[in-house]
Amino acid sequence: MTKSELIDALATRSDLTKARAELVVNCVFDSMTDALQKGEGIEIRGFGSFTVRPYKAYSGRNPRTGEPVPVPPKRLPFFKVGKDLKEIVNSSRHLAITGGDDSDD
Amino acid sequence: MTKAEIVQSLYAKVGGFSRKESADMVDLVFEMMKETLGRGEKIKVSGFGNFVLRDKRQRPGRNPQTGDPIKISERRVLTFKASQILKQTLNPREDEMPQANAGAAPIAIAQGS
Repeated sequence: MTKSELIDALATRSDLTKARAELVVNCVFDSMTDALQKGEGIEIRGFGSFTVRPYKAYSGRNPRTGEPVPVPPKRLPFFKVGKDLKEIVNSSRHLAITGGDDSDD
Repeated sequence: MTKAEIVQSLYAKVGGFSRKESADMVDLVFEMMKETLGRGEKIKVSGFGNFVLRDKRQRPGRNPQTGDPIKISERRVLTFKASQILKQTLNPREDEMPQANAGAAPIAIAQGS
């Protein structure tokens, strides 16, 4: 499922126009992004929680040339699956995993 | 941030919904995501990240309290892979900061909406 499929599904289920459903879905993920940007965690009961984890600078390597590359300190979002969702996911083991590859957008 | 704050932001920023409708809508978004993942279907939210499903084989483990060896049963797990855009939003490059209004699109959009 992609974001636009989520928007379509919301429009159908809630009797909204696609344009309105798009505003809703975008607002949800924009608010979450804003919170993470402020370093704030997000807790959605039954779904999971997002936290921002700080990582120290370290010396990495260019995998192609082997040259050392300094990696600056960074903040990365981390998701912890909620208990409810964890069980839902695990009980779907008999179904094939669908939804395409894991590539980024 | 809790779900109530997401509801509040939807109520405040997207006009035309009552508080109750805003709450129902946010509940529905997460509910539908749960249903989708519960069917074994991954979710890709462009600009935010991917919710990825993985099947893990049975493996040996230990009870961390007692140290006793135990079997960790096979299972399906959910992981979140943040998008490059979200990672960049959390780590603005210093040389981009001065032109944040023009250059750093994701940040400018997030603040402007």
